[in-house]
Amino acid sequence: MLNDTQTESTTLPTQRGAQLVTVNEVPATLDQTNFPVLGKGAKDFESVTEKISGLVLRKGVTKGWVVGFGIAFMLLMLFLYAVTILFVDGIGIWGINVPVAWGFDIVNFVWWIGIGHAGTLISAILLLLRQDWRTSINRFAEAMTLFAVACAGMFPILHLGRPQLFYWLLPYYPNTMALLPQFRSPLLWDVFAVSTYGTVSLLFWFVGLIPDLASLRDRATTKGKQMIYGALSLGWRGSAVHWKRYTTIYMILAGLSTPLVLSVHTVVSFDFAVSQIPGWHATIFPPYFVAGAIFSGFAMVLTLGIPLRKYYGLEDYITPRHLNNMAKVMLATGLIVVYGYSQEAFMGWYSGAEYEKYMIWNRMTGPYAPAYWALIFCNGVVPQLLWMRKFRTHTVWLWCISIVVNVGMWLERYVIIAISLHRDFVPSAWGYYNPTFFDWATYIGTMGLFLTLFFLFIRFLPVIAVSEVRELVHIEHAKHGHH
Amino acid sequence: MSQIFHRSSNMMARLSILVIGGIAMGAVFFLFAYNRSDYFTNVHVAREQPVPFSHARHVGQNGIDCRYCHTSVTESNFAGIPPTETCMTCHSQVLPDAPMLEPVRASFRTGKPLEWTRVHDLPDFVYFNHSIHVAKGVGCVTCHGQVDKMPLLWKTNTLQMDWCLNCHRNPEEYLRPREHVFDMNWKLPAGENQTELGKKLVKQYNVNVHQLTNCSICHR
Repeated sequence: MLNDTQTESTTLPTQRGAQLVTVNEVPATLDQTNFPVLGKGAKDFESVTEKISGLVLRKGVTKGWVVGFGIAFMLLMLFLYAVTILFVDGIGIWGINVPVAWGFDIVNFVWWIGIGHAGTLISAILLLLRQDWRTSINRFAEAMTLFAVACAGMFPILHLGRPQLFYWLLPYYPNTMALLPQFRSPLLWDVFAVSTYGTVSLLFWFVGLIPDLASLRDRATTKGKQMIYGALSLGWRGSAVHWKRYTTIYMILAGLSTPLVLSVHTVVSFDFAVSQIPGWHATIFPPYFVAGAIFSGFAMVLTLGIPLRKYYGLEDYITPRHLNNMAKVMLATGLIVVYGYSQEAFMGWYSGAEYEKYMIWNRMTGPYAPAYWALIFCNGVVPQLLWMRKFRTHTVWLWCISIVVNVGMWLERYVIIAISLHRDFVPSAWGYYNPTFFDWATYIGTMGLFLTLFFLFIRFLPVIAVSEVRELVHIEHAKHGHH
Repeated sequence: MSQIFHRSSNMMARLSILVIGGIAMGAVFFLFAYNRSDYFTNVHVAREQPVPFSHARHVGQNGIDCRYCHTSVTESNFAGIPPTETCMTCHSQVLPDAPMLEPVRASFRTGKPLEWTRVHDLPDFVYFNHSIHVAKGVGCVTCHGQVDKMPLLWKTNTLQMDWCLNCHRNPEEYLRPREHVFDMNWKLPAGENQTELGKKLVKQYNVNVHQLTNCSICHR
């Protein structure tokens, strides 16, 4: 069964190519740079497969990987410590208290879930829009989505206070309470949104991996690797029937994921917008949150992608074209987010409502003003550098900007949640929120979880979709006529 | 290149879906069943007590009224556990030397109360008031079962929330005339229909059924 040449030769039925990518000529864009999608090194099927599967199948680990994984794992242990204390002592170890009952837990939840959105956008919407440049980045962006959702999903459960009863969030029947959860509450919609998102992302990622897992199985030299990759590839032989089914299911999953890009963060924004707190109760929240999610997601793709490409020598796959395009998406979504900030300020004044006016004034001049202005700097000012091509293609600059955007998007959620809560309607109920060591440890700890999973991913799975890039090579060659 | 997997692994892969699905469903089923089992809820489990007090003897055979010992049941949320003095009103005369009753006499001598094992224990986040239930015609037996037949006390109901809501949603199925609340052997009079009688009583006793399922009725 299943030999090398078979997989190699049947990777490219024309039907699949025709469905996924139909670009025949590069359209003239305003940006006259027209970087090629793939570099010179990705010249034929063999070089692509060799390069990417070689990263997985080589023996042992590099020193850099060990250091990176070690740091990530230590942070994961910090998370374990913080969560253990949380389970023993309860959420009193966090800084939250009335009136600020939502603190870092919800800030981090929204931040992580937002980050995931870029992966889904890249894998689903860009696929349906036939953007060939998505091919090199979709795999690790999808992995990022999955790990970010895993981190995000933990916060609401940790925040429950009695996390062992997390299943009370689910409508299950018969239960001993004769009750279902409150279907009118956006917190319940959140449960559906996030769990659907996690499931679909996992399926999408795994289905996309199957042909590559089969390649790894065929190229693996040890019995153990053959068994593991063989079992995971579910008997993939690369036959035309397999490709036909694969293409169908991949398209169906892309279709299912596409609305999720918009719906998940819309539902997350409802957690706030449906309430009556000044600063939360705003109709602009859904689009503003979705744009912010894609903004932060692309920032995270760049934060991960730039070192990945550098360290593993993937410059031929993640090219200036990718960096340039992602920077443009970041710039566009960043402007939408800034529009959101301006509308929050405008509506605070225009509403004429005393509490709304005070809310925005308190944001700008109150005790948390530094957080607000840092947010404006990170998300409003710094991304404007991306108008210049130099910053869009210069890896170091772009990486630094992506970090600033990540910080900015975290601050955005902090500003929305903590500032809006700490001074609500009755001055006697005002308070102040100070995160404790455990707030920080849990937050930084989830970064450890995220990075640990990511380091394992780049060691054991192909970070770039081999079969899709091979197809792209084929199409590029056909396009430029030197095949 | 040799085969990695034997032919049979295709079947194994398909079977594993069934097995994993079966285990998952079995686990869920087990948890549901366990949650309602007598083992978990202590229903029908006679509990050890410091003195083997028998409701069957005192209520069933001697005919003592519930309120003789549980004095606050009509006025308070707590029905009341009788002090040792209540026991001694009779047991200074009846069986004054029975070895079985030594803990009661010791408690009387020292003033240190008997420590009974609580049989009906609601979680602390539940507000429960006996007096309102008694006043609106919920019989003792409806919740506690026929204690006049219990040598040692046990629960006849789980006290789980669905059990509470069962009555809070449809009280007419369970109410009886007030004057029969403490009657262990009250039966629906021949020719009467519980639902119709209940509806009449709900009206007569001013039971606001739509309020009974407000969260804050029980979780305050």
